Amino acid sequence: MAQLFPQWSNTVVRIAFVALLALPVAVPAALMIAVRTPYQTGEGVYREQPVPFSHEHHAGNLNIDCRYCHHTVEQSTFSGMPATQVCMTCHSQLWTDADMLAPVRRSLAFQEPLRWRRINKLADYVYFDHSIHVNKGVGCETCHGRIDTMPLTYPTEGFQMQFCLECHRNPERYLRPRSEITTMGWEPPVPQHQLGTRLLETFQIHKEQLTDCSICHR
Amino acid sequence: MTGNPQLYSISTLLVVFLAGLLAACDQRMAEQPKYEALEASALFENKQAARHPPAGSIARDEPLVSSDPADGPPLELNRADIERGERRFRIYCMPCHGVLGNGEGPVVQRGFPSPPSYHIARLREANLDYFFQVITSGHGVMHSYADRVEPADRWRIALYIRALQRSQQIDVERLPQFREPVEQAATSDNDTLMPTRIGEQGQ
Repeated sequence: MAQLFPQWSNTVVRIAFVALLALPVAVPAALMIAVRTPYQTGEGVYREQPVPFSHEHHAGNLNIDCRYCHHTVEQSTFSGMPATQVCMTCHSQLWTDADMLAPVRRSLAFQEPLRWRRINKLADYVYFDHSIHVNKGVGCETCHGRIDTMPLTYPTEGFQMQFCLECHRNPERYLRPRSEITTMGWEPPVPQHQLGTRLLETFQIHKEQLTDCSICHR
Repeated sequence: MTGNPQLYSISTLLVVFLAGLLAACDQRMAEQPKYEALEASALFENKQAARHPPAGSIARDEPLVSSDPADGPPLELNRADIERGERRFRIYCMPCHGVLGNGEGPVVQRGFPSPPSYHIARLREANLDYFFQVITSGHGVMHSYADRVEPADRWRIALYIRALQRSQQIDVERLPQFREPVEQAATSDNDTLMPTRIGEQGQ
């Protein structure tokens, strides 16, 4: 009687067994990698907005300070989004006919806020406060990247926990003087580790507490 | 399956276990049913979760500074106030009025109507409360900045504008000599490194 299975089926069976054993490791690993990809975190991905607002133009070319529009960043957990009236401070005079700005004019006329889509989103189980970060020397650029070079806005970070921890473990690598918080492309005038260590003291940052669970999950 | 009670109980356990996993899917830890800042809401007529505070209400830790310029500056203004005034000026005023206050800021260079220079006689003679008033209510094509610049900061900016005006009028002979090299001054500049108290809010 002829053999039912060709000889290579032995190899197939062996591989299948190994694969079966690897499955409990491979599947979770694949999933864990998947949630860290830009596809999942949104890192580097533009979002369609009601108006194609250019940070490159406003923050870069015109050198308008971040706080001109995000004016609650120093007092509040939320950095603040500009009211339509803030856009109209200039655009009541400039580009008054531009199609691009029609939604802004409509918003003013009908007293309906513009619906911007959120760029940076943290999970709700994370407590985050903008004011404490900017008041203790974390620059806008540190988390939001070179926003002054973005014609359309995208997040430069996926804000995985590891990203937060890197700085919470070693804040001295990232701190800058308060006067430079909104500066883009800032270079430390003295070596960063020297400046950072001094700033830890000035800002009274107790590094050892920064990795307590309740600092971010409360 | 009915013929094998052991297999039956294992299957039951498995179903219960899997059902438990499904329950975990709806914990909504990452998307909790709560409003975030500026989120839309079906609850209110204007469809916004953020509510306007009732007229006249103040924040609990808000310094009591009158927004009526006739009441004058709330405090003895000192050098630190001028310096904060300068930093606020560079955020909110510089785009149009320019770093020097001559009305040629970057936004004006892009076509916004040029505001008058601070160095004209009328504005040099104006009182501080005039600048406070303009920041509060706007003037001509300038919108009000009352929503973004708190009353105490309006006085500080007014004071800095006065300093800017003086800076452009002073006789060079009267300028103090620099006693320390510029570089040393830059690193010993306490102000750029000193945190102010939270609540007072740095620069």
